[in-house]
Amino acid sequence: MIRVEGLTKDYGERRAISNLNFEAKQGEIVGFLGPNGAGKTTTMRILTGYMPPTEGTATVAGYDILSESLEVRKRVGYLPETVPLYTDMTAFEYLKFMADLRKIPNSADRAFEVLEMVGLDKRAESHIGNLSKGMKQRVGLAQALIHSPEVLILDEPTIGLDPAQVVEVRNLIREIGKQRTVMLSTHVLSEAQQVCDRVLIINKGKIVAEDTPENLQARLVGSERAALRVRGDADGLSKLIGKIKGVQNIHTAPDGSVEFQFAPGQDVRPEVAKAVINGGYELLELRPVGMSLEEIFLELTREDNTGRRKEK
Amino acid sequence: MRNIWVIARREYNHFFASPIAYVVSFVILLTLGIIFGLTILIYSQNSLNGGFGGPPPAPDISGITGTYVFLLVLTVPALTMRLVADETRMGTMELLLTAPVRDWELVVGKWLGSFLFMLTLIAVTLIYPLVLNSLETPGIDQSQMMTAYLGMILATAAFLAVGVGVSSLFSNQFAAFFVTLAVFVILWWLVGFPAQYVQSGGDIFTYLSMQDHFSNSLNTGVINLSDIVYFLSLIALGLFTGSAAVEARRWS
Repeated sequence: MIRVEGLTKDYGERRAISNLNFEAKQGEIVGFLGPNGAGKTTTMRILTGYMPPTEGTATVAGYDILSESLEVRKRVGYLPETVPLYTDMTAFEYLKFMADLRKIPNSADRAFEVLEMVGLDKRAESHIGNLSKGMKQRVGLAQALIHSPEVLILDEPTIGLDPAQVVEVRNLIREIGKQRTVMLSTHVLSEAQQVCDRVLIINKGKIVAEDTPENLQARLVGSERAALRVRGDADGLSKLIGKIKGVQNIHTAPDGSVEFQFAPGQDVRPEVAKAVINGGYELLELRPVGMSLEEIFLELTREDNTGRRKEK
Repeated sequence: MRNIWVIARREYNHFFASPIAYVVSFVILLTLGIIFGLTILIYSQNSLNGGFGGPPPAPDISGITGTYVFLLVLTVPALTMRLVADETRMGTMELLLTAPVRDWELVVGKWLGSFLFMLTLIAVTLIYPLVLNSLETPGIDQSQMMTAYLGMILATAAFLAVGVGVSSLFSNQFAAFFVTLAVFVILWWLVGFPAQYVQSGGDIFTYLSMQDHFSNSLNTGVINLSDIVYFLSLIALGLFTGSAAVEARRWS
């Protein structure tokens, strides 16, 4: 449903994205993960027909983004990063306007339907300017859904929402993603993990990794990590668990807990727990340590710099 | 075409919620009301004095219609400045440019919405000629009134088109305001000046001046094809500039 080939965009001298290639199938939710300025928004703007690429092509819902832009735009729902709202209109008027622009019959009914979908039916007559940030975000989402698009492109859809709303919106996206193609960008790795079937990591305009969230994390980490905390003095603890076979890279974290690594599939945690208790320590906590998005970026960019870029 | 109508309708409704539109209407209607009062005053004094041995000349509405078009120079920039520029600033341009709407449909829709608003205002000003007409028999010169109103409508459409075009070039509405004002001042006054000083080719400057096509022509009861062509070309030029500017924005 989305197929991108050699997509490149230059802003004057600066190359925002460079030779992107990827695909997203129907019924798939693809996450676009990357730091600010990595080219996420630029890619999305090109795919939605907001601006043309400098080089390369893409097809969305089977239509070429350049030569059949209007057909693409009919089939794409788009939530831009800065939610585009007319603050002087009520939520209902705004959505009816968007429904009319998209030539939806019974636009008023449909506007009310999507308001219900995002849980704003009680605020239909409120001026958008008076809504909270989270509500505005949901009006923007309603606008993207109004024509039941085949392809949904969402630029940071959960930013500014409170935790309960984040869960709601993620459920909504998952629901929509069952039949349609969804592409969403995010900073938050856990969001990508919960929502997306596949993740593309983009940095400095290039895709540096592409995989399912689970594989990506496992592959990048290479080994699993766990942290251990005991009551009182942790002296000698490192030495104690260092004797256990398979435990590597022991160090003490700033919060006083002891972190160690072990190879995936060779879980040493039961042995570590036994050894700690037998050693007379009071075990408070033994937890896995995931790799944060920041660490993954550091990892990827470091490899990039030394030319040992990880291949797919 | 339906897209144009949807956009025009939103713009039209927006004017009725916008303070600037009310200020513009107030300024125009107040000034025309004063001119109207003066017209009646002069007419009644002429009637009392008995004129110069004959029936007094019928009251003339060209003062009212002429003032209206003159006021457009000052007020239209305020109406059109935000039309496209504000969409760019608020980020809603991204919404419109990713909706299935052609760039020119967007610009024409914006123009049509503002034109319909001004037509509403023009309809309100009809009260002045109607009252003048009822003051005397056989009434005012109706063909002059018709051509003057045709001129008002054409001039309004042309000014608005140029305003929309300029607004599309900017993302700051105050920049759009001042540039539009400058263009109008040139179109209304300045462009005609060189005609008096150059030896040949002065006709071009006269032709470009809007005063020549309104004050010296339509407002006096004359319809020339060249005047109609002049206003229609200005409308086309303004709308074309707007569409080109919106499209150019995509490529920047």
